[in-house]
Amino acid sequence: MRETNMKKILISILFLLFGTSAYADCNIKSGSINILANDFPALRTFVETAKGCKGSADFKVTHSSEHNKIAVPALTANPSEFSARIAANSSIVPLMNQDLIRPLDDLVKKYGKGIQDSQLITIDGKIMAVAFMANTQHLYYREDVLKELGIAVPKTYEEVVAASEKIRASGKMQYPYAAAYKAGWNLAEEFVNMYIGHGGEFFKAGTAQPSINNAKGVATLNMLKKLAGLSNPDYLTHDSEAIKVEWESGNVALMTLWASRSGTLLDDDGDAKITAATKLTGPATVAGGNIPAATLWWDGFTLAKNRSDADAEATFRALAHAAANKKMVADAADQAVWLIEGFKPGPKSIGVIEAVKMKAKPYPMLPQMGLMHGALGSEIVEFLQGKESAEQALKDVEAAYMSKAKEQGFL
Amino acid sequence: MPNKTFFWFFLPTGLAMILFIGLPIISTGIQSFYAQHDQVVKEVKKCDPFGCTVSIVVDQEKTSKIREEKPLGKFNGFGTYVDRNHLAIEEIGKFWNETNSFGEFVDQVTNLPFYKALIFTLTYCLFVTPNVLLLGFIIALSLNAVTRRIRGPLIFGTILPMIVTPLVGSLVLFWMIDAEGIIGANLQMLMDDPYLSLKSSKTLTWITIIIYGIWHHSPFAFVVFYAALQTVPQEPVEAAIIDGASRWQRVRHIVLPHIYPVVTFVALISLMDNFRVFEPIIGFSAEGSAQSLSWLIYDNLVNEEVILFGSAAATSMMTIVGIAILLAPVLIRTWKEFRTAR
Repeated sequence: MRETNMKKILISILFLLFGTSAYADCNIKSGSINILANDFPALRTFVETAKGCKGSADFKVTHSSEHNKIAVPALTANPSEFSARIAANSSIVPLMNQDLIRPLDDLVKKYGKGIQDSQLITIDGKIMAVAFMANTQHLYYREDVLKELGIAVPKTYEEVVAASEKIRASGKMQYPYAAAYKAGWNLAEEFVNMYIGHGGEFFKAGTAQPSINNAKGVATLNMLKKLAGLSNPDYLTHDSEAIKVEWESGNVALMTLWASRSGTLLDDDGDAKITAATKLTGPATVAGGNIPAATLWWDGFTLAKNRSDADAEATFRALAHAAANKKMVADAADQAVWLIEGFKPGPKSIGVIEAVKMKAKPYPMLPQMGLMHGALGSEIVEFLQGKESAEQALKDVEAAYMSKAKEQGFL
Repeated sequence: MPNKTFFWFFLPTGLAMILFIGLPIISTGIQSFYAQHDQVVKEVKKCDPFGCTVSIVVDQEKTSKIREEKPLGKFNGFGTYVDRNHLAIEEIGKFWNETNSFGEFVDQVTNLPFYKALIFTLTYCLFVTPNVLLLGFIIALSLNAVTRRIRGPLIFGTILPMIVTPLVGSLVLFWMIDAEGIIGANLQMLMDDPYLSLKSSKTLTWITIIIYGIWHHSPFAFVVFYAALQTVPQEPVEAAIIDGASRWQRVRHIVLPHIYPVVTFVALISLMDNFRVFEPIIGFSAEGSAQSLSWLIYDNLVNEEVILFGSAAATSMMTIVGIAILLAPVLIRTWKEFRTAR
């Protein structure tokens, strides 16, 4: 008896201390919340903020860089393992294709106070996801190295090549350029960026027929090869994490990397001199084009279809609390380019803001794009190794894609 | 053992095998004959933080209706088996007609994903299996000859590669051969070539994976051979020594014939294991230069955002057939010996 009294008093004191305004709509009584998300600092912050609003609901989260491999099987199960999935432009597509996520219109109306209209991802008039941050790949450069050699900050990939060659010729660095060229998803992503920079289209208009075997495709491959020649010879095994390490060891002066990684690159870990000289700029253009050779990405949350309405409601309320949280945006302004109201862009957001200003295109959200991405990741490797011509590589990509697309019923 | 006793003895294992191996294989086989239904797509308006566009999505209402009627998908027969990403019958015919020389034809065929993977898998088997047998046998012979006092620690050291998880073992070597790792950097110095990279060259990657395979599998052969060596009768060996037989002659004419069945067994198991080579490819991030059949299955199942069940199932079935073909000579021989022995 006494114990419960003590508890009541304690709770009242806590309420007085922390105030109730911020948690006013966090009064979740039941349900269970289980979130699947990629693993980088901004997403951890976002999920932690949501956790602060869980009320008396169960709360679990899985942060994994292998999230793409888990998502479809886990959400196909009924009931689904996860009640929410933090997705991006590309990873929402397989969920849409398999009909695994639920429309959020009623929940946004009921609990979506503070979420801006621009955050809503609507498809065919239905809200399918709520975005909270933007991402892109852009250039990083070492100010000290460029200044010493009298090189201007490159704005195009042609200038990146020239600058890298100059740095190499000076003997300062052997492999002055770096980008995530690891065979598979990463390499394909670099192709997608560069091809879009050349103004290329992946499919014949209105169909799922591939159309990358053309002059723009060849030019894209040649540029990738030039850049690869200026990178560490192990480039085919380097992902974002590996080139981040290369950068921090001072082996690289120019790099194309995700904006979301800038936080860990500019933190206090590592050589202070390198960190101080690390500067960010917008993505580069290529071949005289206006739009950058980069794609815009959003990260947002989606809710699993195969989960009870009660769980969906609890999950939405917790996540919506984070997706409209001005305090989180102010505290973690360094971690990401938040799409949430009240965000004041800092120096680490330059890349994304420049990309948007330069009218970068979003990553294509087509149902068959994943198959194209997969085919690119494995079939252009031999061209980079010098084992086949650009035309042959592009022909292989199209052929590999067509077999897969036929099996999946797109052709 | 009377047949009846054997039957009851084997029954639990047999049931487990049917349940956990037989049925999944049958289900995989059925799956390999089906493809996804034709996708019904529609044009819709899509809006995101970067603006609105007209785009295409899968029409869920119509698709779910078709799926409910035929949940397995569209019957495709051997369609998946013969498509470009597998046996590529049509493409090979085309190459045959279009190419001018045999070399060019081989180039074109080995550029197809399935054949590329098959060639690596066979090369790996061909180099690793005999070397594992040889190395395992040599180590077993040498260890059998050292004094008993230090044999224990030596045996432990020798089987260490097998104890280390394949993924960890390959990762350790992966870092060592990095351009800035201990082996990679020293090789660059030795060869006086700053651009030398074990990871970017296809040939060097293959050699690395094969050496890793030999390192990893030899302990298994060693353990079995070492156990077999303990059963070699001493009388004929002593008689041979008295007759003046050299060490090599004793091994060749007494030890080897005695442990011959064990050699066949190790060869069988090694071949099966090596044909399914997979972990080193992941551990070495060698997808770019070396793909095996098992890796193709993995790629179809996890690397795509869409899971290609049909493709993965077809490759699985062909891997099973491949192992059966490889093992056939050894199995037939064992069977014949078994018949004559009876």
